[in-house]
Order: sequence, then C-alpha cells, then structure tokens
Amino acid sequence: MAAESKIDPMHQFQIQPLAGNLDGSPFVFTNSALWMLIVLALIWLFMLGGMKRQLVPSRWQVAVEGVTSFITSMLSTNVGPEGRKYVPWVFTVFMFILFANLIGMMPFAIVPGAHPFTVTSQFTVTGVMAIISFGIVLVVGLWKHKLHFFSLFVPKNTPFALKLLIVPIEFVSFMVRPFSLALRLFVAMIAGHILVEVFGSFVVGGINAGGVMGPAISLLSFVFIIGVMALELLVCAIQAYVFALLTSLYINDAVNLH
Amino acid sequence: MDLEAAKVIGAGLAAIGVGAAAIGVGNVFGSFLESAIRNPAAADGQQGRLFIGFAAAELLGLIAFAVAMIILYAV
Repeated sequence: MAAESKIDPMHQFQIQPLAGNLDGSPFVFTNSALWMLIVLALIWLFMLGGMKRQLVPSRWQVAVEGVTSFITSMLSTNVGPEGRKYVPWVFTVFMFILFANLIGMMPFAIVPGAHPFTVTSQFTVTGVMAIISFGIVLVVGLWKHKLHFFSLFVPKNTPFALKLLIVPIEFVSFMVRPFSLALRLFVAMIAGHILVEVFGSFVVGGINAGGVMGPAISLLSFVFIIGVMALELLVCAIQAYVFALLTSLYINDAVNLH
Repeated sequence: MDLEAAKVIGAGLAAIGVGAAAIGVGNVFGSFLESAIRNPAAADGQQGRLFIGFAAAELLGLIAFAVAMIILYAV
C-alpha cells in the first residue's frame, strides 16, 4: 500500500477563486460561478435554436418544444389547469439542474486543466433552489387559502386522538421538504463523482504498481468506470426530473390542499 | 482506539445503511415491473409515481452516505 498516494476524492468539489482570493470581499468569481455561467450560456443557446417558430418545425425546435411541453404536461397533470402559472419556475429548475449535472459529467479534462465543476454538488446551490421552491409553496398557499392552509396537516375523518398524533408528524415532514429536496440532489451528485474518482485513482494506482496485477486492476477499474458513468448520466436526468416533479407536487399541495 | 481508526470504522458501519437503501430501491422498481407486466397499458400512466417512490427510497440511502461522509471528514 503506497502511503504517499492517498486518495482524495473531495478535491474535485473544492471552490477555487478565479480572480482574487476567498478571504476578501464576498463577491469573488469562483470556478463554481464560471461553470454556472457556462450552463446558462448552453441553456440560452438551446432555447435560442428553437425560437424561430416555424410552422413546420425544425428538429431543434421540436426538441425545445418537447422539453417545454414535457414540463407543461407534468404541471397540468400534477397541479391541474392552474399549474401553467408555475411552468417558468419548474422549467428553470429542471433545465438548470439537468444541464449542470450533465456538464459536470463531461470529459472536458482531455484538454488539461479544463476539468468541469458540478455546480449542483454544492449544498448552497441546491439549497437555494429548494428554498425558493418551498417559498413558492408557502407564499402561494398562504396567499390563496390564508389560515385555512394549515388544514393541510390535518387529515379528514380521523379520530381526534389520532389527529393529535398525526398533526405534528405531518408538520415535521412538511418542514423537512426543502432540506430533503436539496440533500437528495446534492448527495446524488457527490456520491456519483466520488465513486468515479475512487475508481479513477485505482486506474492510476494500478498502472503505477506494475507487475501483472497492477494493469489488470487498471483495466477492470476502467471498464467499471464506463459502466458507472452510464449509470450516472441516467441519475443526472432522474435527479433533475425528480426535483421538478416534487416541486410540482408540493405546489399542488399548496394550490389544491389535497 | 484513536480517533482516526474510530472514524474509519464508523464510516464503514454507516455504509451498511446504503446497502439497506439498495434493497428499498430494488423493492420499488421490482413492484413496478411486476405489476407493469400484468397490465402494460396502465403502466405508462404510473411512471410519475414510480420516480417519486424511487426518489424517496434513494433519499434515505443518500442520507446514510451523508452520515458516512460527515463521520469521515467533518468529525
């Protein structure tokens, strides 16, 4: 066991300032900010390609309309006809998380130094999105139903003794929602990247080890990395879909109160 | 036992929780597949609930992983 080659899977998640240092002002341009701008540029380009509004749509326009109708139909299925108001937010969340997750998986590091940074692997980023989703739920619920909103925690037709037990449990599970939204996405991304990084270090360590077993383990780990990357691409898309789906379900709770 | 050894053992024990979550996620998808084969026409309508169930089961597994990371790196 080589003592000097300690595997450090957490280095890829470190926020590094690109201009200035982190101890200075609170507004530093970091690698996280850079990759968020890259995600924004890519989403903008994607949407721009579909804006021509041709009567017989081009393939790009079909793709853009496919994504927008996917989100619109998800909202109208889960919330009802009033769901269309929330399409901008849910669409933003879905596209940003999807593109950010996928960009973090891309093999740009073939060009030395261009290793992508997964924006959604930071709890602050996912936490802000979860807080805004939860904030929309609270604001819409309280605005629309005023204090009747709290009937969300009281299930109908239950005996009073059970109600006393259930209402705090329901309240706690409601308040945990933003935390669980943020945690799910953030840990899924971190777990995926750590897994790939650990096997990547096995590849390098196997080559360094020499003999017969070293390169054999390298090859095995490399094949495994390919399989895990394929799974991670699926997980990226699933996590984006799950965040958007749960947001629309929570909005349904606020708008329709069961 | 010094702290480093205890940390590593703690992280290893927390990883057992991730295995338990794997059983849960397999349960969700297995039930879906079993009933989808019986009634394929109704299966596509329930795909949303499939992913909600998957997300809930996966979340608890990821919480176990987060506990392992906290023990290993933040204690």
